[in-house]
Amino acid sequence: MGAQKKSSAAAAARISDDPEELSRVPLQAVLLADSFTTKFRPITLERPKVLLPLANVPMIEYALTWLESAGVEEVFVFCCAHAKQVTNYLQCSQWLSQPNFSVATIESHNSVSAGDALRLIYERNVIHGDFILISGDTLSNMSLNRALQEHKERKKKDSNAVMTMVIKRSKLSPVTQQSRLGTDELFMAIDPDTKQLLYYEENTNHLKGTLSLDKMLLIDNPSITLHNDMQDCFIDICSPEVLSLFTDNFDYQHLRRHFVKGLLVDDIMGYKIYTHEIHSSYAARVDNYRSYDTISKDIIQRWTYPLVPDVLLFGNSATKLEREGIYRATEIVQSRSAQIGPLTVIGNGTRIGNNTKITNSVIGKGCSIGSNVLIEGSYIWDNVTVEDGCQLKHSIVCDGVVIKSGSVLSPGVVLSFKVVVGQNFTVPAYSKVSLLPQPTKQDSDEELEYADNNSDIETSPIAGAHDNLNGELTSDLTDMQSSAAEELGSGGAGYIWSICEGASEEEWRHSVAPVPAEKLAEISQTIDDDLDFSYQDGNAPASSGELKPGGLSDSDDDDVDANNDSAYFEKEVEATFLRAVHENVKVDHVILEVNSLKLSYNMEFAACAGAIFYSMMKLALGTPYNSSAELYNAVVNVLTSWKRLLKSYLSGKDEEIEIILKFEEMCSELAKELSPLFTKILCFLYDKDMISEDAILDWESEKNYADESDRVFVKQAEKFLQWLREASEEEEEED
Amino acid sequence: MDFQVVVLAGGFSKKLVPIVSKEVPKALLPVANRPVLSYVLDLLEQSNLKDLIVVVEGNDAAVRIGGWISAAYLDRLHVDVAPVPEDIGSAGALRSIAHHLTARDILVVSGDLVSDVSPGAVAAVHRRHDAIVTAMLCSNPVSGPAESGSSSTKDKTKKPCRKNIIGLDPSRQFLLHIATEAELEKDLRIQKGILRTVGEMELRADLMDAHLYAIKRAVLLEVLDQKETFQSLKEDILPYLVRSQLKSEVLSSSSPQLEENGNGNFNPQNKQISQSHILANASNRGFHELYPSCLDGSASARRTHKCCVYIANNEKYCARLNSIQAFSDINREVAGEANHLSGYSFSAHNNIIHPSAELGSKTTVGPHCMLGEGSQMGDKCSVKRSVIGRHCRIGSNVKIVNSVVMNHVTIGDGCSIQGSVICSNVQIQERVALRDCQVGAGYVVTAGSEYKGDSLAKKEK
Repeated sequence: MGAQKKSSAAAAARISDDPEELSRVPLQAVLLADSFTTKFRPITLERPKVLLPLANVPMIEYALTWLESAGVEEVFVFCCAHAKQVTNYLQCSQWLSQPNFSVATIESHNSVSAGDALRLIYERNVIHGDFILISGDTLSNMSLNRALQEHKERKKKDSNAVMTMVIKRSKLSPVTQQSRLGTDELFMAIDPDTKQLLYYEENTNHLKGTLSLDKMLLIDNPSITLHNDMQDCFIDICSPEVLSLFTDNFDYQHLRRHFVKGLLVDDIMGYKIYTHEIHSSYAARVDNYRSYDTISKDIIQRWTYPLVPDVLLFGNSATKLEREGIYRATEIVQSRSAQIGPLTVIGNGTRIGNNTKITNSVIGKGCSIGSNVLIEGSYIWDNVTVEDGCQLKHSIVCDGVVIKSGSVLSPGVVLSFKVVVGQNFTVPAYSKVSLLPQPTKQDSDEELEYADNNSDIETSPIAGAHDNLNGELTSDLTDMQSSAAEELGSGGAGYIWSICEGASEEEWRHSVAPVPAEKLAEISQTIDDDLDFSYQDGNAPASSGELKPGGLSDSDDDDVDANNDSAYFEKEVEATFLRAVHENVKVDHVILEVNSLKLSYNMEFAACAGAIFYSMMKLALGTPYNSSAELYNAVVNVLTSWKRLLKSYLSGKDEEIEIILKFEEMCSELAKELSPLFTKILCFLYDKDMISEDAILDWESEKNYADESDRVFVKQAEKFLQWLREASEEEEEED
Repeated sequence: MDFQVVVLAGGFSKKLVPIVSKEVPKALLPVANRPVLSYVLDLLEQSNLKDLIVVVEGNDAAVRIGGWISAAYLDRLHVDVAPVPEDIGSAGALRSIAHHLTARDILVVSGDLVSDVSPGAVAAVHRRHDAIVTAMLCSNPVSGPAESGSSSTKDKTKKPCRKNIIGLDPSRQFLLHIATEAELEKDLRIQKGILRTVGEMELRADLMDAHLYAIKRAVLLEVLDQKETFQSLKEDILPYLVRSQLKSEVLSSSSPQLEENGNGNFNPQNKQISQSHILANASNRGFHELYPSCLDGSASARRTHKCCVYIANNEKYCARLNSIQAFSDINREVAGEANHLSGYSFSAHNNIIHPSAELGSKTTVGPHCMLGEGSQMGDKCSVKRSVIGRHCRIGSNVKIVNSVVMNHVTIGDGCSIQGSVICSNVQIQERVALRDCQVGAGYVVTAGSEYKGDSLAKKEK
């Protein structure tokens, strides 16, 4: 029947053969089977994230099933950490033998980021058209048709539209955001008409109370929408250009932080990113333990249909849905007195003892759960042994763990593979326990992102060993066990990872445990404070047009920079000029040198003129003089001898005014000796045609509205100005 | 309706030199041969808002405006003209007339507004949401400043200016952000707190603040009282209220106990309390209530206040006479597309020629033109898209296009006037060509001269 279907599909394809279809490339997808983060440690030290079970099915199954149903024909699975495990897994699965759906793996051992991965894929030259880029921990049931079509149409109109990002509306308020997916809050600006993404900020820093948007955004778009209520699904439809962009910009590592930001902020080649909002379908990414919890619950509550345990056939065991959202595999041995609560998944071959109560939890295959056990909101993977009288609340328990009788797992506990918890031991809240000791190098978060992969490789041989031995304890493992025994009570095995500084406060954010009430209050408090903060901004004595302090200081910085620049520039020009004077350099050469200075400091001609004039005056002041008459002579000397230099920068009125202003500034601040000579020198400059009467009169009118103190020199030159005005009026009359 | 109206009529705006003068303050500039202020007053009268305070900067201007109002609106409106010192800003002006304000809500209107949007509708929105401030917004005039329609695309490459940046909630009822003039120069800064609460904010650059606000009196008085540095209603008070809407400081100092407040019995002691009462009583609508509700119980004590907007329909006309360009545009539009505003009935030729006006032979007055009472035109003249005032004497062979000619203007033979504004009592001698000029009152343009883009005015001595 499959063959029949295939042939009919082929026939259909043939019928619709038109020139465009002929050149059609199969829809491709890149699945990054490595998240390049450390959020799932210590579990990911031993098993890649994509193979972790979500409601008893490895995550990658969900991603591949979705890609297949969405019409993708070729998937490239990029594996990095634990690449062997991923490829082994795929080989054992049915994915490699699907008709119309090919899965190929690309292995790499030295990629440390999504950027590296995409660069490698570009080198392999396997992507020929638009492709879907997801990471292996993405879960969705959306239909890609609309988004793809939109993307293609946009691409036809504008070849710069290289990416379409799928977004989904989420509930407002950071409180719910935090408690749902545990992700940072996200601010986006989108053009409401074209859906172009204009701004993207993952807010990790809660202190900043304001969002700063480039003013150019609103100039180009009459209206934009800012969103805080959108969730990034991490499903991107990309054009092949995206790959080459990663290759061109070899410093791009993170998809969002570098690539999206880079395109939006740096405006590279005018490439644009668009968004596609999905409304009724589901899409989310398992980013951390909290989203693991949330998404598992979503699966159990069937938001992800058809990706739910009873439809998604995994392995050979069928799962049946019973009332109250209980999924049971076949061959479960359950005591009559055990209570299985609502919204629970129980895997194949699991045995449950007397009076045990299980609610809101997922239990894997082949587990054995004793009597009088309480399991609440926990995720228990395969082959776990829970002895009598244990309490498990909001924990993740990996394969092969043994929890001895009477133990308690406090909320937020993560037990990695094959850990043994001793008798009557209480594992403290939020602790992460692994047979592997905590890697010692723990740097700041940012570096971890990239460093992480190296350490993965370091540890992968051990992980590989685990795998190969498939559950049997090797001698070195027992060694470890014995050394790690004490931490988990008598007979326990495993290291409790110490929570590094700073992260301890963050622990609750990403944990499977529900957010404690006081933390919720804290979040709302920070929001309050935010408001306070921004409010303070506004509170600053704001007369009309007063700026917020932030803005003010920014501009101050800029000003300071500019001032510094111009000060340096002046010094350089002065040095050049003095050298010219002392070494008798030709005027032309001086002009050349000043011009190059002008270019390197990005100055205007006016600034050059000002600086040269300033150096001339300094020179004149430097010559010895006894009376103002002598000083005047010195000034005149310098001005006459270097007249050509100055003239060459006096191309217009603006420059001339600049000189007058500079001169005024000097007289009033640096060289008070010059001030009595102001008018005289001004006359001289006018006589020698260096400054035109227009410039002088303009300067005067510019000063019209200035303070009295600023007008000292205008007053001093009043007579001269008067004369100039009369002269000009006479001229006009002559006209 | 218990609304008191404050009309900010301004004084002698520096921006409008030379077309304003000692004799003609800004509010009395003619639009289609009526003072611009009359448009606002008529509009208010139509909404049955008859209790007005007209605030004028400077005593001279106040006397002139007061004289005109008492003559024109006798028995129609109850108008107090309040002179205030010059350059104290709109907030200062309100501060100085604060003791006259008695009604529960105050409608503050700029005197240079020419519009047909009903202030009553704004007031209604204000009341419906129990907002503390409601601003009227309208779409940027299409044919308005600088014939934007055609030239805006060109402008874009140069340096386009955005006069207003306004943030609205998705339902377009609430004002979430308003940029002050100084902020327009810089990158935009949006409060995350507000964005978090609302989830989605629509930022618009294509809306114009019409400078018509309804404000709760108690809030206005308190802000004026507490923030002594505030100068301008639009630049300081409005942004302040918008910024603080989720954390209303206007009330944080007040005691939680509520007190019965009746209108008009405020005194300084209970002012804050009654105000908090007003604000706390705000009806349960919109995000303002949604927000506290998702926090734990203690946070629900957070006080919010509402800043609303009324967005005028696109077809409505709305413009402010705040530049010379706007002056000519508004004149042209009121005589043209928006002629229902002028209050005149147009002839079959779509123009108005006063019966007492005299036209020479072969003189044509095109559509969208006005010719005032007692004006005379010589032979072979042509008038297109222009407004000509009363008692003008215009010679022969004169061409007037896209211009405004005020009253008692004499224009000699063979003149050509395009895109210009000619103020009252100007004398233009023969064969003068003016293009895009403004000629101040009483100026004499000598025969045969040509000007382009100049501003001509008598030297003030």
